[in-house]
Amino acid sequence: MVTPPIALGRRARLEPSSLLRRAPAALVVAASVFVLVWVLFWAPKTNYGPAIDDPSDFFKTFLDSITFAGVLFVIASGFTLIFGLMRAVNMAHGSLYLLGGYIAFEIQQKLVGGSAGGFGLVGSQVSMWDWVVPAIVAFACMAVIGLVMQQGFLRWTQGQDLRQALITIAISIILADQMNKHWPLQETVTWPGRIDTFVSIGSVKYNGARLFMLGCAVVIGLALWAWLQKTKMGMIIRAGVDDRQMVSALGVNIQLAFAIAFLVGAGLAGFGGAMGGAQFNLAPGLDGQWLLNSLIVVIIGGMGSLGGAAIGATLYGFVSQFSAAYLPTTSDNCCTEYSIIFTFALLVAVLAARPHGLFGRPA
Amino acid sequence: MTALERLGWKRLLNWALAFVGVLLAGLGPVIFSAFFAHTILTQVFWLGIAACSLIFLSAYVGMVSLAQVSMYGIAGFVLGNTVTQGQVKGLHLGYDPWVGILITIAVTTVIGLLLGAISSRSAGIYFLMITLAFAVLANTFFGQVTVLSGFSGIGNIQSFTPGFLGNPAENPNRLYYLAFVVSIVVYVLCRYLTRTPFGLTLQGIRDDPVRMGSLGFNVPLHRSIAFGFAAFLASIAGILFVWWNGQIAPGSIDLSAVIDLLVVAVIGGLFRLEGAWLGALVFVVISNYVRSVPGLGHIGITAERYHTVIGVIFLVIVLLSPGGLLGIWEWLQNQLDRAVLRPAVARPAPAEGPEP
Repeated sequence: MVTPPIALGRRARLEPSSLLRRAPAALVVAASVFVLVWVLFWAPKTNYGPAIDDPSDFFKTFLDSITFAGVLFVIASGFTLIFGLMRAVNMAHGSLYLLGGYIAFEIQQKLVGGSAGGFGLVGSQVSMWDWVVPAIVAFACMAVIGLVMQQGFLRWTQGQDLRQALITIAISIILADQMNKHWPLQETVTWPGRIDTFVSIGSVKYNGARLFMLGCAVVIGLALWAWLQKTKMGMIIRAGVDDRQMVSALGVNIQLAFAIAFLVGAGLAGFGGAMGGAQFNLAPGLDGQWLLNSLIVVIIGGMGSLGGAAIGATLYGFVSQFSAAYLPTTSDNCCTEYSIIFTFALLVAVLAARPHGLFGRPA
Repeated sequence: MTALERLGWKRLLNWALAFVGVLLAGLGPVIFSAFFAHTILTQVFWLGIAACSLIFLSAYVGMVSLAQVSMYGIAGFVLGNTVTQGQVKGLHLGYDPWVGILITIAVTTVIGLLLGAISSRSAGIYFLMITLAFAVLANTFFGQVTVLSGFSGIGNIQSFTPGFLGNPAENPNRLYYLAFVVSIVVYVLCRYLTRTPFGLTLQGIRDDPVRMGSLGFNVPLHRSIAFGFAAFLASIAGILFVWWNGQIAPGSIDLSAVIDLLVVAVIGGLFRLEGAWLGALVFVVISNYVRSVPGLGHIGITAERYHTVIGVIFLVIVLLSPGGLLGIWEWLQNQLDRAVLRPAVARPAPAEGPEP
């Protein structure tokens, strides 16, 4: 049988466009290869030089990236959980992070201050429980605040995603201003002395606290995965993500699932605040920074996808840490000024290829 | 049939109010104190133009953009880099102010078109987040890159203005009237644009992008061009802003500034262009005069805490009236119309603005 000429024509017309369609992918591959070659063999005028000459600093940057990705994941997973189920963008997520951090700070001061007198704590004064208890309290407080937010404001505006975003922005303005009033200066949660030491991995000594954060992130990630995949509540939540109305029509109390998801998501922001407040610090304005971090992670990974949050956090962690370490220095003493461009380039590249993120689906 | 009946009293009332508002603004420096005219009203004008670019996008294209502050910030930085001379920070190219203005508008518009091209395939809440991420990244960018600005920003831009304007610090009235006239031009331009075929297409895309796509309209292209136009408006606001402020620093375009502009737009009303200037007026007056309201000090609201007041007002408006103050105004008129003026006539429900 002779092939119809139309099919031939269509095939012939498809050729150049399919090539064109592959151009972005090819560009991404080429860029990745270039970055790899740059970091491994070339890297002139950088702090560390190429990785083959200085493997230990390369390894340290690698660990920096993956531990930073851990914190990012903990915070962004709460954000993405809330969005996935309720289609509500919680713009107050950064404020919950910062408030959680401050609450952990206050609790820790109370716990330790009785014996050591309060002010700038040192690691040796802080036992393991003096960090774990504040972190759990931060989780609980933020979970409650999140629940109040959801029940008070978001429950009856369901489906109006822009209005919900505006409501949470209003809440974040009020929270940020009140936090600024109570904690105008920079504060730090203190890591327990036991984990804030250097751990030897091969020939590299690395900060134990950062590895501890990574451990926390992995545990939280696995727990979330197990919760969403293996329990009945997780099943309801996943079903609710796909078709809210159908689930409630089947007689499931979807409002309860919403409340629980918001509780956990907001609580994770508070827990992240206890981690980030110890590793980095707490200061006015950081709420916006961490809201941005969560946004970038979920925009890259795709809103509402836990795996997407993990991938997004990893990509963002690597790009931000490596671009800070392996770009040519622009001033004499240290550092580069252009690392921010690479974060933006990552965002643009992902959005150009997939407007809803790597694992996202259209709403 | 009287004029009242032909036009409807609401329309007449609104025209009268608009006329009074424009008249008061036109006589501003004469009837108001120097502080109110030059600090508050001039700020209302440029902030209103910036908010107008946001409202244009949200009302006629259905995209709420948080990148408008970055757009006017980019305009400010470009102007600061091109026109100033002999400073520590920035490129200080020392071009003629008019050349600087042209470069500023061109660069900002092109950046707007590019950002529009990147983000135009993501609508709704995704668009909001992408533009927010862009806004914060732009802030960090100008803070980090010392070649263009650095943390402390570029100062003394007031000395490099076109000849007819002089130094705004010495002749604030000229800047006042410039901002006033430009505001009116921007408003008329936006109103005109919404009635052109292009503007009608945008409104079609706002209401049903899929249908417009299947009718053969290039939805992402239209969105990108609309975004570029909004960036053009924002660049004008940015130029007025740096002349008014004298300097531009990354702090002027940080997250709180981004949210302030959103608050301005929401207070005024996200679906009406006039809301831009109304919201700006309310916002600027609140942020300047909250300290003089008696009683607030007793509940812990001081001058530094005006953001709490703003936040509460914002929250109340979002919860009660998604259309902002203008939405409330319209509702009041309709209630009055129904209750007092024409109680006997059964009237169909008034057409609402698009739901958020």
